[in-house]
Amino acid sequence: MPGKLKAKIVAGRHLPVMDRASDLTDAFVEVKFGNTTFKTDVYPKSLNPQWNSEWFKFEVDDEDLQDEPLQITVLDHDTYSANDAIGKVYIDIDPLLSCEAATVISGWLPIYDTIHGIRGEINVVVKVDLFNDLNRFRQSSCGVKFFCTTSIPRCYRAALVHGFVEELVVNEDPEYQWIDRIRTPRASNEARQRLISLMSGELQRKIGLKVLEMGGNAVVGYLQCFDLEGESGLVVRAIGTACTLDKLIPGTESKETLPSSSSPPPFSPSKPCSRQSSSSDTDLSLTPKMGKTPPPSSPFLTLYFFSDPVYFQEFPFFTLTCFPPGFLVHIGGVVSARSVKLLDRIHNPDEPETRDAWWEEIRQEIKSHAKALGCHAVVGYSESTTICEEVCILSASGTAAMLNPRFMREGCLDAGGSEHSCGFCHIPYDEFNMPFPAQLTYCYHCRRQKVPDVLFTTIDLPAEAAVTGKGCLIQARLCRTKKKAQGEVNATAISNLLPFMEYELHTQLMNKLKLRCMNALFGLRIQISVGENMLLGLASATGVYLSALPAPGGIQITGKTPSDLSYDQHISTMQKRINDTIAMNKELYNIHPLECIEEVVGSPIPDRQRSRLFRSTSESSDELSELDLSHGKKDAFVLEIDDTDAVEDIQSLLTDAPMPAGFYSCNTEVMPGIYNWTSGLQMFTSVRVYRLSNANLTNQGLNKIFTDLCENLLKSLYFKLRSMIPCCLCHLNFTVAVPEEELIQVRRHTPKHTSPILYIFPKNILVRSGENEEQLQFSMELFSSSERCSPLPEVRSRSLRSTRSLPCGAPVTVVKMTPLSFLPRTRIVKYLGIINMFFIRETTSLREEGGVSGFLHSFIAEVFAMVRAHVAALGGNAVVSYSMKECVFMENPNKNQAQCLINVSGDAVIFVRESDQEAIPPLIMSGQPSTTGADGTT
Amino acid sequence: MSMELDVFVGNTTIMDMEVYQLWLDGLTVSDAVKVRMDEGALLECEANAEVLTSDTMDQFRTFQMCERLLHSPTKLGSQLLYQIPAQNQRILIERYYEFDSVFAREVLGKKLSKGTKKDLDDISCKTGITLKSCRRQFDNFKRVFKVVEELKGPLVENIQRHFLLSDTLARDYAAIVFFANSRFETGKRKLQYLSFQDFAFCAGQLISYWTVGAVDVWEPNDPDMDVDLEKEFLHELKDLKVLVNDKDMMDQHKILVCAALRGKIKVYKLMEVNFKNLSRALINLASKLTHTKDVRDLFIDLVEKFIEPCRYDRWTVAEITLFLTHYTNAAHCLGTFRYQMIWDRYMGVIKSCILQMYHE
Repeated sequence: MPGKLKAKIVAGRHLPVMDRASDLTDAFVEVKFGNTTFKTDVYPKSLNPQWNSEWFKFEVDDEDLQDEPLQITVLDHDTYSANDAIGKVYIDIDPLLSCEAATVISGWLPIYDTIHGIRGEINVVVKVDLFNDLNRFRQSSCGVKFFCTTSIPRCYRAALVHGFVEELVVNEDPEYQWIDRIRTPRASNEARQRLISLMSGELQRKIGLKVLEMGGNAVVGYLQCFDLEGESGLVVRAIGTACTLDKLIPGTESKETLPSSSSPPPFSPSKPCSRQSSSSDTDLSLTPKMGKTPPPSSPFLTLYFFSDPVYFQEFPFFTLTCFPPGFLVHIGGVVSARSVKLLDRIHNPDEPETRDAWWEEIRQEIKSHAKALGCHAVVGYSESTTICEEVCILSASGTAAMLNPRFMREGCLDAGGSEHSCGFCHIPYDEFNMPFPAQLTYCYHCRRQKVPDVLFTTIDLPAEAAVTGKGCLIQARLCRTKKKAQGEVNATAISNLLPFMEYELHTQLMNKLKLRCMNALFGLRIQISVGENMLLGLASATGVYLSALPAPGGIQITGKTPSDLSYDQHISTMQKRINDTIAMNKELYNIHPLECIEEVVGSPIPDRQRSRLFRSTSESSDELSELDLSHGKKDAFVLEIDDTDAVEDIQSLLTDAPMPAGFYSCNTEVMPGIYNWTSGLQMFTSVRVYRLSNANLTNQGLNKIFTDLCENLLKSLYFKLRSMIPCCLCHLNFTVAVPEEELIQVRRHTPKHTSPILYIFPKNILVRSGENEEQLQFSMELFSSSERCSPLPEVRSRSLRSTRSLPCGAPVTVVKMTPLSFLPRTRIVKYLGIINMFFIRETTSLREEGGVSGFLHSFIAEVFAMVRAHVAALGGNAVVSYSMKECVFMENPNKNQAQCLINVSGDAVIFVRESDQEAIPPLIMSGQPSTTGADGTT
Repeated sequence: MSMELDVFVGNTTIMDMEVYQLWLDGLTVSDAVKVRMDEGALLECEANAEVLTSDTMDQFRTFQMCERLLHSPTKLGSQLLYQIPAQNQRILIERYYEFDSVFAREVLGKKLSKGTKKDLDDISCKTGITLKSCRRQFDNFKRVFKVVEELKGPLVENIQRHFLLSDTLARDYAAIVFFANSRFETGKRKLQYLSFQDFAFCAGQLISYWTVGAVDVWEPNDPDMDVDLEKEFLHELKDLKVLVNDKDMMDQHKILVCAALRGKIKVYKLMEVNFKNLSRALINLASKLTHTKDVRDLFIDLVEKFIEPCRYDRWTVAEITLFLTHYTNAAHCLGTFRYQMIWDRYMGVIKSCILQMYHE
């Protein structure tokens, strides 16, 4: 049960001058864990002290090891007055608790102060001796591995996927306690950092316990979020997918075909297939709070129909977005739910039931949606919140899916063959009782099953999917004004607006998809944020042309009042522009579906004839009459122009600037249609805040501004990265916030979705008092990786490598950071543990630090530096699945103050360069479906 | 609608070296944007003015934040805040410490103090270099001076070790430090025609041959070996006076030189007439160098006493080269002249300095 934590303070460097008289510092260090504190000697008069301390030993429970961070404080000794703190380092011990992760933390870590930022570095060594791990009644869950990665980590094999785990812990926010009025901002910030560190430790431990209870040994797709609810408290919650992972022996992994004997297509036949949330509420009440795990200890309960190894699981959700080939049988579509809640002022940290109940409600709704789509599971599942004053919107979304029971039970890939590459596109629901209107056709790949005309999902493109051409980022952006209001009235107003917003976003997505001649969206994320007098919606996804789905028809415009001649003229010019755009996009994204279909299917002569027929239509697609004839009414997408709104919509449709040559972008892990990656990558974060000068803007005006902002941001990125051409921006992740107040609403709709939220909450009664202005805030994490399309792969990659290898000679370890779960052209050999860090930075000299931009710029750089240093100390050289989940920024320029909170997470790994080019990203060429299934998992 | 905040941070710090140069040149963001537009930056990636402004601001901010580190370049390699590839680190440092020779020429030999800093405004007006850039260059000089001043050991190596500069740049800095330390007169009107490179060359010669470090192997307790001229040597230079004071020796010297040069130079006649004046000028210069004041006037004296008379008589560089070579060598043939070592050490430097400073 107990363990021994050992820490040694070696040296410091680049310390700040604390004694003005001598220009030097008399530094010493306090090492604290739990309630035990040790101190080093004072190292007098040096900015580069060499303490070389003894080993400080803490004998503690492993429960504490999981919850508590090791806290290292560097101070300046002062004989006459109180010692001045230079800064602190929090070290998360968790990676040392699993035998498969890191064994020691050793290296230079930045000393961080919430007011001054990084102030020098300290060299420490930390080790843990765990005595035993056998107590079954323990409260700790040491040894359970956590991964942010939303796929099976690359050096592991999933022996068993147990299913959904979730937990939340609640506490009072130190920032809002009475004591905050008398303590310094530094003390308050540190209290907060420490509390959040403790809470996430506790959360992780509790989730770990649930995993052990389920018989698993790891959590994959671990997503932890903070809800800063202001006066009502602080919520830390997490979801993930419990798994049993086996470590792969290097060498065998490439041919590994995942005989995962496991689990879960969970399905509760008792529940009615209803889309109404009321029906699911009854189920909810039956389930005790602790019963998140499946009641039967043995998860196998084979029901006969469909040979489903079904077991009862309360929430058959999977936070994974990428699966072993064959795991996914069918995809139904996106399911999402939103709920607006008023935060209660009364708060009881020990009873988080309210929040639990809220989430249960949402999850039930999601589950019922999935069922309505004829699916028994939800994949690519995620949850998020938006908080604006006392209003909180909870959102959850995922992709309804059928998972392959046979695959999991038999544990081998006899399910290969043609079914693989198109199977997931086939509809899971009943053809004659469709949950929503859709045009069904026979699959263009196998010709046996029905497929929908379009497919929206929140997951990554399955490795086995056959794609035609390249993918691209598709965004729908929307602004809606609303009246200022308070409490319930406000909530109602928003509730009324939300469905329209979701509908419009969906329409926009659909139009843009058609305009690019694509038929599926992956990685869909819809974020709706609320301001005092406006609502913002931003949907991002990666569009692709799935070879198995029918070719999208064109877009046809009709006018309602065809009497006017000039009006007709106008419409026909617009129609022409649209057709031209479609034709251009086909070239741009290299979408020439017919040849591909031919090859893929390798079908007999009649098919070929059909192909030719299609080709002829695509050539003449300018002319609508022919298009209509060949595709039937089904495929022509008709836009009716009946008012100015519609005209605006179409205009906006056409104003999306094309990407500059050499650039590709997507928000998924892998860019569909591009397979030749180099190892050169560059992760970046960009944040922009705009102030809208006029509060009396119309919807159209706002829409235009919002669209321009997004477009400009993208343009800026392209320009910045122009030296990396050819270049692909992957995992492009937009977050929008309107730092305002007030609102409520529930929402759910089939093809909608949410993701990270960036919220601002007022601390010192901020900027806006009295002003009529609004801010739009964007935070984006983006990542770009150079990618080769040139026919000279070897040369190019070598040169890239050699330049990259240069900094390795430098004393500082180069640590790569990427939001992807892999590093192209490299092999991850070890996962060292999860990185989950929370920082607060505050300044009272905003102007002196270069204004808001200077302040935030240096803070983000500092956060990067601290992440890199911690990874390097663990012995790693990269962070994968990195994400900046929170970036809350507040300023008060009048008082010259600003505060910012950032939460980042990721998996620390060690990677080695891939010597043989059996590359990392799933290599699926649209032409060879049969070879693809096997090696997609590595 | 206005942009309140606009930040772009990469894990590997992205730096555009062209923009870096604009920043170093002390341009404002709007001026830099104009320059970039004129250079056709808008043609790339379908950029517009807004994109360009945003990018420029961002880059300028990055450089500004790195500036602190550039003040002690050795820290740049070990700091953790910015992940900058080693190659870029070198370029950042080298460019930051590069200076305009026009500017350096103005400051050369002046005390690197605050008083001089006030003159930066004037220098900026005169040279057309922005005040910001002048400040940076001046501060660089001062910083290098301060660090190196107290250090022992070879000057160039010290500069290289502490500022990680390339060999050529370190040598230029050595010249600046050397001039600032000895406070050579360079500002007189008659010296205006000389460029920084001329002086830097001369400084290199002085450092290489006339300082303590030039003859001795460096020992740890030798102070300032490269910064100060060797006192003993300067004292010994007095002995060279014999060349002008001893009439026989002077005549003999003249005869030897004339014999060697007859028919080889066009200005032979003038040389023959002026020989004694020229010789006296060089020897007197040598004998006076014990006084700090005269050391400072070394260059002005060379110009006034030697270079100007020659230029008046329209000597070519080749002729001066020949003359100085034979003038130096002839002294070796004087039977009674005992100070060969000192003579060579003196004349070697003087000769190369004169040749560098003699612009036809």
